This record gives sequence, C-alpha cells and structure tokens, in this order.
Amino acid sequence: MARTVTIDPVTRIEGHAKITLMLGDDGKVADARFHVVEFRGFEKFCVGRSFWEMPGITARVCGICPVSHILASAKAGDQILGVRIPARAEKLRRLMNWGQLVQSHALSFFHLSAPDLLLGMDSDPATRNIMGLIQTNPSVARSGIRLRQFGQEVIRLLGGQSVHPAWAVAGGVRDPLTPEKRNQIKRGLPEAFDIVDLALDLLKDSYDQFESEAPSYGDFPSLFMGLVTPDGGLEHYDGLLRVVDEEGRVLENANPADFKRFIGEAVEPWTYLKFPYYKPMGYPQGMYRVGPLARLNVCDYAGTPRADRELRQFRRYGQRGKPVSGSFHYHYARLIEILFSLEKIEETLEDENLLGTHVRSVSDVNERIGIGVSEAPRGTLFHEYEVDENGVLQKVNMIIATGQNNLAMNRTVQQLAHAYVNGDGLSEGVLNRIEHGIRLFDPCLSCSTHAVGKMPMHVQLVAPNGELVDEVVRD
Amino acid sequence: MAVITVTINDELVSGREGQSLLELVREQGIDLPTLCHLDGLEERGGCRLCMVEMAPGNRLAAACVTPAQEGMVIYTHSERLVKYRRMILELLFAERNHVCAVCVMNGRCELQYEAYTIGMDHVRYDYLTPDLPMDASHDRFVIDHNRCILCTRCVRVCDSVEGAHTWDVMGRGVNCRVITDLNQPWGTSQSCTSCGKCVQVCPTGALHAKGSTVAEMVKRHDFLQWILDGRENHQWTMRNGEPMESGR
Repeated sequence: MARTVTIDPVTRIEGHAKITLMLGDDGKVADARFHVVEFRGFEKFCVGRSFWEMPGITARVCGICPVSHILASAKAGDQILGVRIPARAEKLRRLMNWGQLVQSHALSFFHLSAPDLLLGMDSDPATRNIMGLIQTNPSVARSGIRLRQFGQEVIRLLGGQSVHPAWAVAGGVRDPLTPEKRNQIKRGLPEAFDIVDLALDLLKDSYDQFESEAPSYGDFPSLFMGLVTPDGGLEHYDGLLRVVDEEGRVLENANPADFKRFIGEAVEPWTYLKFPYYKPMGYPQGMYRVGPLARLNVCDYAGTPRADRELRQFRRYGQRGKPVSGSFHYHYARLIEILFSLEKIEETLEDENLLGTHVRSVSDVNERIGIGVSEAPRGTLFHEYEVDENGVLQKVNMIIATGQNNLAMNRTVQQLAHAYVNGDGLSEGVLNRIEHGIRLFDPCLSCSTHAVGKMPMHVQLVAPNGELVDEVVRD
Repeated sequence: MAVITVTINDELVSGREGQSLLELVREQGIDLPTLCHLDGLEERGGCRLCMVEMAPGNRLAAACVTPAQEGMVIYTHSERLVKYRRMILELLFAERNHVCAVCVMNGRCELQYEAYTIGMDHVRYDYLTPDLPMDASHDRFVIDHNRCILCTRCVRVCDSVEGAHTWDVMGRGVNCRVITDLNQPWGTSQSCTSCGKCVQVCPTGALHAKGSTVAEMVKRHDFLQWILDGRENHQWTMRNGEPMESGR
C-alpha cells in the first residue's frame, strides 16, 4: 500500500524544514522530498531601499553567516559605485571571511554533526546533541566551542561585533585593523590549529565506522561549482566562477558577474526554496553542488602547505582523478577549509600593508547594476542589485548557497531513504540517518542555532487516499 | 527678571518668570523626555512627551509650551504620565517603519533612546507598515519617510535659521508628510541651499547623509547655538565641540 512518511521538523540544521518520504505499493520508497517551510521575502522588501544599506539589511538573512551576505552585498555595492576598493580593504574583508569559515564550519562539525559521528547514528536522541557530547566527550565539545569562538573573535575584532557586523560597506570597510587587534588574533591561532588537528583525527577515526554506510549518504555524480583564483587555487572571496562535471572536466571558468548565462532557477510548488540548475544541461539534469566539497573539487590546488597535503588525501576518495562524489566527505572538506582559513589568516596577519587607515573608497552611483559573488561557508552566494540613478533599489536577486544544493539534498534524502526505509517500519536511527544526510550540506535555512536539545519529530504514514495510517510523535 | 517659586514633584524650586516649564524642570536635573523640542528652535508642542500634570485637577500640559508661573504645582513622572509617554512612543513606532537594527542612526537615535529609557520592550498596537518612499534625489542627503516622526525640526530650522523654507508639511493625520518645495523630489528643489541643517537636527534616521550605512550617522546640534549666538550677540564661541551622543 502506498503511503507517506513525514519528518517534521528536521533538527540540528539552521532553520525549519520537513522531509516527506512517499512509499510505493511495494513498501519501498518511491520518492523523497526535502521541504523548506520558511518564507523570508528579502528580495521583495529590499526594493525601495538604498544599496548603501544593503550590507546591513541582508546580513539579517542569517545569524550564522552574516559576513557572507555583508561581503556579497558590499561587493555588489562596489560595482554600483564603479570603484576599485583599497587593496588593504580587500585583505581585511578576506580576513573576516576566513574567520567566518572557521566559526561556521566549526559549528557544523562539532555542534551539529559530531553528536552523530561520535555518539552513533542509533544512540539515544535525548542525548545525541551538543549537550550529550559535553557529557561524554567534554574535551571534544569544549574544543569545538573554542574553535568557533576563535572565528567569532576574528569577526568581532574586525567588525566590532561577531553577529551582523556592519563593517564591510560599498567601497571598502569602515574601520581599519589596529596592531593590538592583529596581535590578539595571532595569539588565538596556535590553539585553533591544535583543534583542527584533533577534528581531522576524529573524523578519520570515524571513517572506519562509517565505511559501509558512507556510500548511502548522497554519493552520486553531479556538477560542482565554486570560485577559484585566476590560476585555479582555492578561493572564497573573488576570482573566477568554475563549474566542473562528474568527470572533473571544466565546463565554465567565467567572470562571476556572468553567472546568469549558465545558472537558472526553477520553482516547485511544495517548497519555498528555489532550485538553481546549470542551464546548458536543463532542469533537473543540471544539478550541481556547492560548498566545501564542491570548492575542493573545482580547485586545482589549495594554496597553503597543510591544506594542500590534506587535499591530496581527500582526493583519494574520488575515483581515478574524478571529483569526490560522496556527500559524506563534506565533513572532511569542511575541516580542510578550516585548516586553509587558519593558514591564510596566519599569512595575512604578517602582511605589512594590512594596517593603515585608508580602507574605503568614496564615490556615488556610477553603475545601475551590481553583482557581488563570494563563497559563503555553505557555497557560492550571489547578490544582484539594480538601482535607479539615485541608488534606490529597483530589483534585488539573491541566490543562496543552500538553494543551490537543493537538488542534491533531495537526491541525498532519496538515496538514504532507498537504502534504509522499507515497508516494515521506521526506526529512530533510520530517520536520524536521513537527517544527517541533510546535515552534511549544513543547510542554512534561516538564521538560528537554537535547534539544540531533544529531537522533536513527527512522522506520518499517509495512505494514497489521504487516510492517516499511523503516526508517531516524539517531543 | 522676577523670580518665581514652583513646586515640582513636591519640592519647591525657584525659576525666572517667562521661562518655560520644560526649561525649569530640566534646570533641576529632572530628565523630561522630548522629541520635537530642540534648544535654539521655536517650540512646536507636537510630540507631547514633555507633558506634566498640573495640580489642582491634574490637568495635562506640554511643558515646552507652558510658561512657568508663580505658585504652580506640577508632577513630571506620575504613573499616568509614564503610561501616556510610553503609549505615545509606541504609537510613533506603530505609525511608520522603524527598524533600528538596520538604521543609519542605530545607537544615536533620539526616538530609540526615549523608547529605551522608558522601557518600551514591545509595541501593543498593530503596525500600520505604510508603503513609504525614500527620496535619494539630493546629491548629498536622503529623506526616508519610513523613519520620520513629524517633529518638524527640519521645517523650523530651514525656515528660521537658514531662511530658505524648503521644508514644509502636507496632508493630515497618518497621511501627513514633510515635503520639499511643492512636494517635489528634494534634488529638484530650487530653494534648498544644501546646507544640511535639517539633517543635523533630525532626531531619527529620517534625514541622513547619502552613503551612510548602519549605525554610522553622527549628528551635531551645536552649530545651532553657534549661529544663533553669532546672529543675536555677535559672539562666536563653540560651546561644545563633541558630537551629540544620546540625542539630548
């Protein structure tokens, strides 16, 4: 008998979502959907505001990665001004972006995913969270909190506050870095490096445990997209937008401002999250992934010694020079990016031109369209603004990283459901595995990390005629 | 000038005949909130935040436009007054779109300061959320009607200090707006001298310098006393070189 299973809400992700599993007459999973049930409306209500305000407004899209929105928005603003920002301002913006990658990736790995990896997918959901981790592995939990704190401190020292720092603006940044603050960041680096070493060891240990399961966690061929430096290195702030296929062939190596030529957006009636796709291959075949896994797949090299060493190991998980296709390796990619960010922060702090007061270029509206592209922790972020001659916004378009992973997340849910769900019933561990499949992408559906604690879940089995066959509620 | 005696909050105080109750109350170190009042501009009595209770009968009067008189007995912070002040502030917030977190004046806004001081942690009235425009047509300044509280400081400073009378008010009730010239884009105004006095006296983020970002706008009121002292007394002494921080 055909029926539907609903997981609502999905926990330990940033935002609100539910999952529906549709079972066919044979009791096997016929289809699976990941629904994003939030509606925000930023693209609409920002119209009529001035582009100057946009970094401050769009930062509010998210409390985890406000820096990403601030940077993409400020970059779009730079284009509207038509100015080249001071080189120092660009270095400072990059510094903040790396701080953001560290804190966000640390949150994803330690706070949200480590409970599954260290306590087990089938462990008691009442303690399978950061609190449980504090009880069983206090040093690991503490390390995770400390690493996130380091990233937050980088943001706070640069921008005055760790959440929503109104610091990067059209034309540059508002405040320079002082020698005292630079030294303060430097002092935190040794501990941060130690913690990322610990995290890499923990993850590699858990690989043995997950060897048999890992292929079910969203391992499929797809395109990958991310920024690279002009010569193909790992990049998070600027550079070229590269798309590679499942064989590792480079399909695009484009100016990010040209993204509309090859990226389209599809809409489905059952979710508020749009479905970006690679236009030349159509929808939904043009599925691509973004984020840490994609960035490490599209780049030719990382560009820092330790990250490059880890990257070589990481690539062994791909088949014969092909991109790494298993979404389970998002975890590993995330840790490599933390390492890379720490190395880049260390390198940048030594730059003698980093300090100094000229950090903002001043101008007025010179261009009507501004497109700002940067790499958020979860993937490529696009802000596109169209303004009138006074700088008042006429049109706003934002393409968020999580949206671009939407097709891949749905595919991952389907794959996990096929592997673990059958007509016999649903165990807690199975549902958690499906949730973990979503967590791999670290989706940021809104702006909160308050989903800590017991996992409330609502599972419904619905017959084809809509009749409720069975229901399990846990709160 | 004759000395008068007034009872404020059950204490006898001395004042000068002809001074306003607001001035007298503030001379005693009592914090009486205002939004439309600004030292140096003629009074309007529009915001009603400075209302006091006058005995007998507990009649309400706006302190800024009420002259202090011999034998007056007034109360400045009765339960009723605090309740009304909070209500007035909530109505101001409900009437337009005040979003402090993304405002250029966040942290320095007088409206925000008053709401904060009185402990306004939420608004009990339905927000009107009107669809109001932002006029950025001026080369240097922007008027965002979403943040305007119609205090008319801009109208008064433009008329009486600058002498241009670019600003005025049109419409009634919730449809009331400040306008430039004959309700045309600010950038096309022929009377505006681009002096920026209106921007400096605006208590909220409604008038701000073009290009300001969140919490970046700093306004200074001290120019007003500078000009008035010079005009009236031919004395040019900067009394306070520091920018206004909290608004008052």
